[in-house]
Amino acid sequence: MTHLELQKQLAATGYVAEESLAMGLSLGLSLGRPVLLEGPAGVGKTEVAKALAAVQGTELIRLQCYEGLDASHAIYEWNYKRQLLSIRAAEAHGGVQEEALFGEAFLLKRPLLQAITADRAPVLLIDEIDRADEEFEAYLLEVLSDFQITIPEMGTVKAAHRPVVILTANGTRDLSDALRRRCLYSYLGYPDLDTELAILNARHPGLEARLARQIVTVVQALRREELEKSPGIAEMLDWAAALSGLGVNDLAQAGPQLQATLVCLLKTAADQSAAPREFLDRVIGKVA
Amino acid sequence: MLVTRFPSRASGPAERVTGFIAHLRGNGFVLGPQETALALSVLEEVDATDVFQVRLALRSILVPDATRWRRFDDLFDAYWFNAGRQRATEVNAAHVKVQSQRPMLWQDHFDEGPEGPEGDAPQQADPEGEGETEGTEGRLIATRQDNLSKRDLRELFREEDLREAEQAAQRLGAALRDRRSRRRKQALRGNALDLRRILRSSLATGGDPLRLFRKRRPPRPMRIVALCDVSGSMTTYSRVFLAFLKGLIGAGAQTGGQSGVQADAYLFHTRLMRVTDALRDHDTLRAASRLSLMAEGFGGGTDIAGSLQSFLRHYSGKALNGRTVVIILSDGYCTANPQVLGAVLGQIKRKSRRIVWLNPLKGWRDYQPIAAAMQEAAPHLDAHLPANTIAALAALEQEFARL
Repeated sequence: MTHLELQKQLAATGYVAEESLAMGLSLGLSLGRPVLLEGPAGVGKTEVAKALAAVQGTELIRLQCYEGLDASHAIYEWNYKRQLLSIRAAEAHGGVQEEALFGEAFLLKRPLLQAITADRAPVLLIDEIDRADEEFEAYLLEVLSDFQITIPEMGTVKAAHRPVVILTANGTRDLSDALRRRCLYSYLGYPDLDTELAILNARHPGLEARLARQIVTVVQALRREELEKSPGIAEMLDWAAALSGLGVNDLAQAGPQLQATLVCLLKTAADQSAAPREFLDRVIGKVA
Repeated sequence: MLVTRFPSRASGPAERVTGFIAHLRGNGFVLGPQETALALSVLEEVDATDVFQVRLALRSILVPDATRWRRFDDLFDAYWFNAGRQRATEVNAAHVKVQSQRPMLWQDHFDEGPEGPEGDAPQQADPEGEGETEGTEGRLIATRQDNLSKRDLRELFREEDLREAEQAAQRLGAALRDRRSRRRKQALRGNALDLRRILRSSLATGGDPLRLFRKRRPPRPMRIVALCDVSGSMTTYSRVFLAFLKGLIGAGAQTGGQSGVQADAYLFHTRLMRVTDALRDHDTLRAASRLSLMAEGFGGGTDIAGSLQSFLRHYSGKALNGRTVVIILSDGYCTANPQVLGAVLGQIKRKSRRIVWLNPLKGWRDYQPIAAAMQEAAPHLDAHLPANTIAALAALEQEFARL
C-alpha cells in the first residue's frame, strides 16, 4: 500500500493525515517497524492508531503508560484466586497437577501479551511511552525487536502475526536512543488552516462553511499568541461541537455563547485573560 | 532547483545514499550501517524518482527526534540540491573525506598546523564561508566568533579549571539537594519490605504472602537548568561560566543523576541554544569546538527576554518541574524591551522551584541594579548573587543551602 492510498483510506475513516505521517505509517506497515509519533498535546497522535485499526479492520490494543507501570499490568499476570480455587476443588478429588495450574486458563493477558497472541495482527498503541520508567522502556526494546515474550512457567510465546505498533510521546522525558533507533519517526505539528478545515469537516460534516472557517481561524490565531497551553485539534473539535450544540451560526453574533464556550479552548486562567473579547472580535471580523 | 552534480567516480545510488548518511552523521545524526541498508531498501518501496516521496520516506526512517526532524529538510536540500552552498561538489567531497579521516568538528584544532589548513577544511577554515553564518550580521560577527573560539574557548577547558569548576558545581548541587521527603515508595530493589502492599497482595493468594514487595526512599534528583549569557558584554566572564556549566553537566553525568544533580545547560545571546549534549562530550577538546561552532554570533547583542521566551516555548515542558532550580548567568544588559523580561520570568517562576540570577557585575563594589532589565526581573528572583570567578561560584554554597 503506497502512502497515498493509505492517506485516502485514513481519510475515509475520518482521519485527515498529512503526507509525511502517511509515509511514516505506510513504511511502518511494509517494513514491520514500530512508528514513534511525537508532537504537542491534542494533535491526534492517539487517534492515528484508532484510524489505522479501522483501516486494517483489526482490533486496537492500547497500553497507557504511567510512572510505575510494571510487568503485571503491561504483560501478564497469573490469576491466583482462580488457581487457589482450582487447587481447593482438586483436593476434593485427590491431588492436583502442577502443569494444569499454569495453563492458558489461569493467565491474565495484559496488552503486550494480548497483542502478541492475537489471531490477526492487531494495532498496538503504546500511549505516552515517555511516562513509563526507563526499565519498562528497556524491556519494550526486547519485545519490539523480537515480538516474543518469555513466561517462565510456560515457555516463550512468539507472535504469530506481528502487531502494528504505534508509540506516542509528549516529551515528558527524553527517550533512549536505542528505542528511537528501532522506530520510524514522525512529528505531528499543528496543521495549517486548510488541513484543519478539512479535519473539522471530516469530524463535523453538518457544520456551516462560514462558521467552520471562523472557528478554525480563531483557533489558529490563538495558537500564534503566547499561551501557556495552545489549543490542539481536540480542543478545536470540542469547541465546534459546543458551538453547534448551542445553535450558533455566526461567531460575530454570538456574544455570550462565545465567552461561555471559550472554556473548551483556554484551559488556564492566564490564557483566558490573554485572549480578551476585543482580540476575538478582531479575528472574527477579519474572516467575515 | 539546481541538482547536485556528483563526481563521475561516484558510481550509483548506493554510494550517493551512503554519502548522504555520512553527511547527516557529520551533522549530529547517529546512524549506523543498518540505517544505510534500511534507507536503500526503503527507496525500493517508494518511487525513487519522486523527490517529495523520497524526502518523506528518508525523513521518517532517519530522523530520531523533533529537533532533527526540523533540520532534516535543510540537510536534505544541502546534499541533493546545492542549497545554500555554492561549492557543492567540494563540500560534498569534503564530507566524504572528513568522514574517512576525522570528524569535521575537530578541524578547528588542526587548522594551525604548518601546512595546508585551507585545503583540508574548506568550510570551517573560512570564516565568511557561504551559508555558514546563516545570514547573521556577516563578516564582523563571524570573525569575532573565530577569534573567540581560538583564544577563549580552547584554553577554557584546562584540566585544573575544569576540575575546580566541577567540584564547585558538585558542591552547589549537593547544597541544593532536595530534603523534603522521607516517605518511601515502592521499588524493585528497595532496602525495606513494603508490608502494606505485601498484605494486600497476600489476599489474592489466600493469605500467603507469596510475593514480597520492597520500598525505598525514591531518588529525588534536583534539577538545575543553567542559562548562560554569552553576549558581547559578558565575554570576559563567559570563560568562567562555560567551565562552570561543563562542571555542572559533568557532575550530573558522573553520579548518573541518581542522587546528585541533573543539569541542563543553554547558551543565549540573541538566540537560545541547548548545549547539554555538546558539554556532555567526554572529549573536552571536541566539546570545546562543538560549543564554538554552536555559539555563532557569540559576543553580539543580547535579547534576554526573547531567549528566555524561546526557552519557555521549546524546552520548558521537558526541562522545568517543581524540583528545578533555574540559574541565569547574565549581567542583565538587554537590548529588548525590559518589561517583557518580568513577564517571562514570572512564567518560568511558576513552573520551577527557584530562580537564581548570578550576576558578574554584582561583585563590583558600588554596583546598583539599575539596568532596567534587572529592575524588572528583581521581584521574580529568589536570589540575586554575585559571581565572576570559579572561586566566587564555589563560595555560593552557603547561599544555595539557604534556598
